[in-house]
Amino acid sequence: MSLLKIRQLIKSYKAPEGVRHTVLEVPEFSLEAGQQLALRGASGTGKTTFLNCIAGILRPDAGDIELAGQNIAIASESQRDELRAQHIGYIFQTFNLLQGYTCLENVLLGMSFSGPANTQQATALLNRVGLADRMDYRPGELSVGQQQRVAVARALANRPNLVLADEPTGNLDPQNAQEALQLIREVCRENTAALLLVSHDQGVLDQFEDCHDLAEINKAAKEVAK
Amino acid sequence: MTIWMIIRNSLRHHALSTGITAVSIGLGCGLLMSVWVVNFQTQRAFKNVTGGFDSILGPRGSQLQLVLNSLFHMDSSPGLVKAFDYRLFREKYKRFYNRAVPIAVGDNLKGYRIVGTTLELFEVEHSPGQKYELAAGEKFIQNATQWNKEAVIGHTVAAQLGLGINDTFQPYHGLNFTEGQMPHKDIYSVTGILKPSGTPADRVIWIPIEGLQQMDGHDPRFAGDVSAVLIQMSDNTTARAFGMNSLDSIYNKGTDHLTFVKSNEDVVARLFDQFAWAESVLRWVAYLVAVVAAAGVLASIYNTMNERRREFAILRALGARRSTIFSVIVLESATIAALGVLIGFAVYAIILLAAEGTLRNEIGVSLHPMEPHKVMLIVPVVMVAFGALVGIIPAAKAYGTDVAKNLTPQS
Repeated sequence: MSLLKIRQLIKSYKAPEGVRHTVLEVPEFSLEAGQQLALRGASGTGKTTFLNCIAGILRPDAGDIELAGQNIAIASESQRDELRAQHIGYIFQTFNLLQGYTCLENVLLGMSFSGPANTQQATALLNRVGLADRMDYRPGELSVGQQQRVAVARALANRPNLVLADEPTGNLDPQNAQEALQLIREVCRENTAALLLVSHDQGVLDQFEDCHDLAEINKAAKEVAK
Repeated sequence: MTIWMIIRNSLRHHALSTGITAVSIGLGCGLLMSVWVVNFQTQRAFKNVTGGFDSILGPRGSQLQLVLNSLFHMDSSPGLVKAFDYRLFREKYKRFYNRAVPIAVGDNLKGYRIVGTTLELFEVEHSPGQKYELAAGEKFIQNATQWNKEAVIGHTVAAQLGLGINDTFQPYHGLNFTEGQMPHKDIYSVTGILKPSGTPADRVIWIPIEGLQQMDGHDPRFAGDVSAVLIQMSDNTTARAFGMNSLDSIYNKGTDHLTFVKSNEDVVARLFDQFAWAESVLRWVAYLVAVVAAAGVLASIYNTMNERRREFAILRALGARRSTIFSVIVLESATIAALGVLIGFAVYAIILLAAEGTLRNEIGVSLHPMEPHKVMLIVPVVMVAFGALVGIIPAAKAYGTDVAKNLTPQS
């Protein structure tokens, strides 16, 4: 049974001039539990919108997004919050770490909306990503690569079924990008979490056995490409 | 735990504005509690300063002046009650009272009043169940055939002037001390020191009334006169009311040279009534400070909303519910108010201790800063509730944060 199943998904935006632009039109998409899939897409092809719809951050205009047996597309705001807290880990291109908090606190926050925050578990995650000696550092005191590691640890803090990664290596140099990608994949595997990664970086995409063009899935992206 | 972690981080991040807001709340809260408690305790303390006496007979003049001079040992003496009038009162109207204790004033020691009286004063309960008690030594000698140049001094006098048992002093003429002034020739020795009573008596030097009347330099023609007569009326309520009304008619309506204070308590109450407006003004100032402080909480949190939108969006992306974000802001606002309340207690303690010291030193009346009062529960609870209430406005703004729009860093 698929972990994530999408049918007839449509999402459009109203442009400043008043015209609606469809950025997502996905007739069908699915992801199995534990699967690691990369989607290739250039800028403006709806990569982030696609992930935000799956995460329940954006509500689609139409269609179904079934995650762990629940349809996010029709769920209420608080149900979507709950689903996100319980099932999804999100790694953002800009990391989106909370600047006023230490690394440990950032990871603790990642787990605290799905249940009680466990300091031991958070510490173990930071150990796993090689930041045992940076627990009390704030993001501003870390290198970009280290911040990415904190973001990975935080995304896995709630033991999600699905990790969404939006251009996770976009702000890293090639060496750090390589390491970060390896880490994300390893940690997801260890936690039996499925990984859905979107990127335009061919170096990243080449490392995935399972890689598709977003345009193959998203009809609206094809229109943009034309 | 998560909510408190978010609140703690926010307060730490905005430490300056949080601190300033909390201090302003503390001022409002402290002022409100102080105005209330000082007013309540001073009224109670002043109304209790009857020395155990219900009424006063004195020379014609202001009843307030008579009360202040006779019981609080403040203000100038309105004059003298002639020896004839004093004797007439004692003998003719004995049926109206239980005790009548004469006092005579007119001398001081370094600004502390010397009051001539009889030993009967020490037999009266100055407060319910409490008499003036000696901490050391004994009372002065005074009987029908003999009196000695001896003094019993109040606790404050002993502490401030460093007087002990068997120490001697020479009184100075007048109620106020003037530097360079020559003292009377009479030499008094201290035979007793009173325990602290929390009344103006702590600031008084008590000597036999004959000593003051016959002091060297005093006009011998007035030797039998007294400054006032402190009267304890009958214990029976009906007899007491009858006695008071009768003496009121006899002296206030029937003579032109004597004043009878029917009820010392009523005079003190009237004094407070005259200053009720000042207390009211202070209270309104305190209300205003509290409201401005609460508005400060609102402004302080509301102003941070824009910079915190991304934080809220990230928290929402991590699974925080909108209600959690709402609660964070409301609780944060209440926490700032609670911090202010803590500061308020410090402000209250400072004001009360200062007021207590001033009143004790100047009048001898004691306040009890640590005594609980319902206002010390009501004001903090109302302030924290008010803080939470004003937090609803920024909380509503945070509640409506668009997650997708605010996840991207704003430059």
